[in-house]
Amino acid sequence: MTRRQVADPDKRNEAIEPSSLVAHFGANEPLALESGEILAPWAIAYQAYGALNADKSNAILLCHALTGDQHVANTNPVTGKSGWWETMVGSGKPYDTDRFFIICANVLGSCLGTTGPASLDPATGKPYALHFPVVTIRDMVNAQAKLVDRLGIDTLFCVAGGSMGGMQVLEWAASHSSRVFSAMPIATAAKHTAQNIAFHEVGRQAVMADPDWHSGRYLDEGTRPEKGLAVARMAAHITYLSEQALHRKFGRNLQERAAPTFSFDADFEVESYLRYQGRAFVERFDANSYLFLTRAMDYFDLAKEHDGVLARAFAGSKTRFCVVSFTSDWLFPTRDSRAIVHALNAAGASVSFVEIETDKGHDAFLLDMPELLETTRGFIDSAARARGLTVPARRAEP
Amino acid sequence: MSPLEMHADAAYARVDLLNLVSMVEPGSRVLDVGCGDGSLLRLLAEKRGVDARGIELSQSGVNLCVAKGLSVIQGDADTDLVYYPDGSFDYVILSQTLQAMRQPRLVMEHMLRIGRRAIVSFPNFGHWKIRLQLLTTGRMPVTKNLSYSWYETPNIHFCTINDFIALADEMGAVIEQASALDRFGRPVEMTLPRRMWNLFGEQAVFVLSGQ
Repeated sequence: MTRRQVADPDKRNEAIEPSSLVAHFGANEPLALESGEILAPWAIAYQAYGALNADKSNAILLCHALTGDQHVANTNPVTGKSGWWETMVGSGKPYDTDRFFIICANVLGSCLGTTGPASLDPATGKPYALHFPVVTIRDMVNAQAKLVDRLGIDTLFCVAGGSMGGMQVLEWAASHSSRVFSAMPIATAAKHTAQNIAFHEVGRQAVMADPDWHSGRYLDEGTRPEKGLAVARMAAHITYLSEQALHRKFGRNLQERAAPTFSFDADFEVESYLRYQGRAFVERFDANSYLFLTRAMDYFDLAKEHDGVLARAFAGSKTRFCVVSFTSDWLFPTRDSRAIVHALNAAGASVSFVEIETDKGHDAFLLDMPELLETTRGFIDSAARARGLTVPARRAEP
Repeated sequence: MSPLEMHADAAYARVDLLNLVSMVEPGSRVLDVGCGDGSLLRLLAEKRGVDARGIELSQSGVNLCVAKGLSVIQGDADTDLVYYPDGSFDYVILSQTLQAMRQPRLVMEHMLRIGRRAIVSFPNFGHWKIRLQLLTTGRMPVTKNLSYSWYETPNIHFCTINDFIALADEMGAVIEQASALDRFGRPVEMTLPRRMWNLFGEQAVFVLSGQ
């Protein structure tokens, strides 16, 4: 593979000039990070759908996963593909843009317009790269809270998200409890397990082992650690699926050939698929952001912030919770969701929990899953009734 | 197993549920173990204004409950009650589910630990028709309300009213209230002394408390 130069010059740099709405926070509005560092100035890029009602009681904040972005229900400006949760968000969908004001913000440390390692450090005029401070899930949530403040919204009707997005939902519910009327943590955990940290470390080491990474200064050097990042993505992608799903999709099928080539070509369909996933990912994601965001997930341990007792994180919570897991998700298995549910129960919180049967693995939360749509619709509609929001007549009474 | 699945006759099931509802104080906190499609929880919320929570094994049941705005957790009563803190509910209800538990006694112990009171309703295997069927046919009884054959029944721990009273005594639980219903869903205590319930009650409801 020849060394590729930094992004197509005709292509807009979404990290620096996002095609989203952006809330800018100046030097006088710093973001205090969990590490003790101060980030200022900073910006948060977001998309908004639907309309905020007069008493500002119908806002839903959706939190995206590790390599997701704010383009939840519109064509993605980088990939040209549809939004990542269009099954769930839109007119008449469970997160109904006809009834709710839906916000999705690019997380702190990412690369789609919110301040992150690819953003320019005002001190040097160059990308932050590894000078960007290590951020945490709590920092991401605090940044979102400032955006919600700026939009003049006091209480969010719902905060929802899967995977790393689910971690943000839990953090919102724990540290901004009174501002969260209902919460949907999906396919997530209250702490990152040793196995998950281990997978992330493999990914980071793959990026760092690429000579084009240049100790993180690849943007200055005019290179990109594409091979390393692609390997990281390939390894991670396996964890998002399940053995059954891989078997069902690919089995041992050969890729456009009748017999093995006795070489290291991508003989198997599954190899070809993973290579494609790796290539597609490097086109759209910043390698340093990948390092920072995986780190944020590794550090997440909600119980630790509360003397090791998860139930204390939710003490006195008035939030209505709906926890969802998937049977074949081995990255964030059902037992992680059950731990959240048990803690919520112990705290006396209002909680529903659904484990959805599927062979699609962790990625199931992004797919068109009828049970997920039904559960979400039921939960959101009943929460809307409790909040005094209108519910379409056709399903006013289930 | 929900009451509605147990009883083909929905009206009968409804009488059973209303009987349970009448035993719950308004405004209390209630956990329904094996809450099925949420019919009982919904009645409790509507008629008694309770803070209604549930546990249900089936995904379809949980989905129906969530759609009704009920707080229901997908889980197994045999294994998940252990995670509920002591005294966190006013009532823990087990409606027509005791006989399907792997460890009925353990489940009842947890109910009495979690709730100030436990309400248990169950089909009475000591009913005269069931006794007669076993006596005359020599085969495991199959009735309209207990319609499974022995090899496929989810009801693995049948008991009679007398068995239940004996277990409650053994556990040191106090029977605060009891009621038996005939096959039309009418309370038999109106016409019969308690020692006759075991013959004529098709099902029974007990309200227990710990000591």
